[in-house]
Amino acid sequence: MPLPTQDVVGILADNLRIRRNVLPIPARQATRWARALDLPRGGEVVLYTGLMYQLIPYIERLVALERRLGDTPLARLTGLGRRLNRFVNGVAFVARPSAGERAEYERVPANAARLLRRAGVEFGYLYEDDLYAGTLAYDLGADEAVAAHARRVVAILRKNGVREVITIDPHTTNMLRSVYPRLIGGYDLRVRNYLEVLAERGMEFASPLGRRAVIHDPCVYARYENILEPPRRLLASAGVDVAEPEKAGSLTWCCGGPAEALYPAKAAAVAAARVAQLRDIAPDCVTMCPICLVNLRKAADGIRFRDISEYLVEASAPPPDATSAVRRPGPASGRAGR
Amino acid sequence: MSTLIAAPLDMTVRDGFDAEACMNCGFCSATCPLGVPILPRRLFRYVLFGMDDAVRAETETIFSCLLCRSCEQSCPAGVHITENVRLLRGWLLREGR
Ligand code: SF4
Ligand code: SF4
Repeated sequence: MPLPTQDVVGILADNLRIRRNVLPIPARQATRWARALDLPRGGEVVLYTGLMYQLIPYIERLVALERRLGDTPLARLTGLGRRLNRFVNGVAFVARPSAGERAEYERVPANAARLLRRAGVEFGYLYEDDLYAGTLAYDLGADEAVAAHARRVVAILRKNGVREVITIDPHTTNMLRSVYPRLIGGYDLRVRNYLEVLAERGMEFASPLGRRAVIHDPCVYARYENILEPPRRLLASAGVDVAEPEKAGSLTWCCGGPAEALYPAKAAAVAAARVAQLRDIAPDCVTMCPICLVNLRKAADGIRFRDISEYLVEASAPPPDATSAVRRPGPASGRAGR
Repeated sequence: MSTLIAAPLDMTVRDGFDAEACMNCGFCSATCPLGVPILPRRLFRYVLFGMDDAVRAETETIFSCLLCRSCEQSCPAGVHITENVRLLRGWLLREGR
């Protein structure tokens, strides 16, 4: 039996209001990948992750807990849980993924940063001011909480003097580019997705992969933000032979992930149907959204799902002989491999 | 008295709830990955007819919609289906218990 919908949505909206995220995760952990890359703080152009990839392992922990709770009498206490959660960050107790679980998803923002650097894009990062954009609360209809949160995000961006953000996932892109302008008067932030930026620059790849993979378009890139051509152009330049499933592009089939937080069984059924459409086409599948990645992976049956940034980073690495040539003569460079 | 009858009318003016455009052709349901026949067309009828309880009874259906827009892609009337679903969620959160 699913948990009481209104109470679960209420907890997520309260968290967004009080703690700036539907699932408040430690900012230090969520931005550690940026410190490791020594990304400069702030600037007019910033990489904005909205913490979407970093949130996934925490959501997974919470969904597992929900699944266990849903079948017990404790489910009836969700209303009480919501009242308590206003005073104590419940997530701190229930959802601590391991370093290994986190590393997999923290690698994607790091990949995006590496790719932008390799393409010669200058950008900074906001560290603890890189806030969740409010997607889940918006999708669930908690508009008032989202509008207040959006005003806070925009105020922080303005305080930091940001004029342009480069996003890395479909949902944050959609919130900042298409939803915020409807919520906030005088909104003038330029929002581009890193795949658009890289494709526009005609990024070239030093180590083409020579591999075939089937592509899974996320609904939000395909039917909300019209980001269809840039990933295909980049993958082709990276030497990936892209296979198109029958339901591709604007006709893509959902991964089921949006139902995960409230109805995991429905999410799993939609994901299984999508996997069945993809698995006979190629042994590898390119995903471009953290929610697609985690949900399709759970249903994976004889097919490997990897984020597009993994393919692109691999293909953009200098070939082995070039790396040794660079390393040989000079003093050790702190930027090697970035 | 129906509370929902006031809410969507209000929505029509304020937030663009556009169920009136739906001609009940069923194209949307045919392409829905959840395969739920009620979403969205029958639901919109409930709203138009002010059937609060019928809408409340579909809470799970309304909250399980993926907002994937597969339905919108095939809707000949250009109904903003996902935005309507989101507005119904907001109504259920505020007044739907
Ligand atoms: S496809 Fe559009 S017009 Fe046809 S039933 Fe669905 S919402 Fe109504
Ligand atoms: S947006 Fe909702 S109703 Fe429309 S096709 Fe997707 S799941 Fe079905």
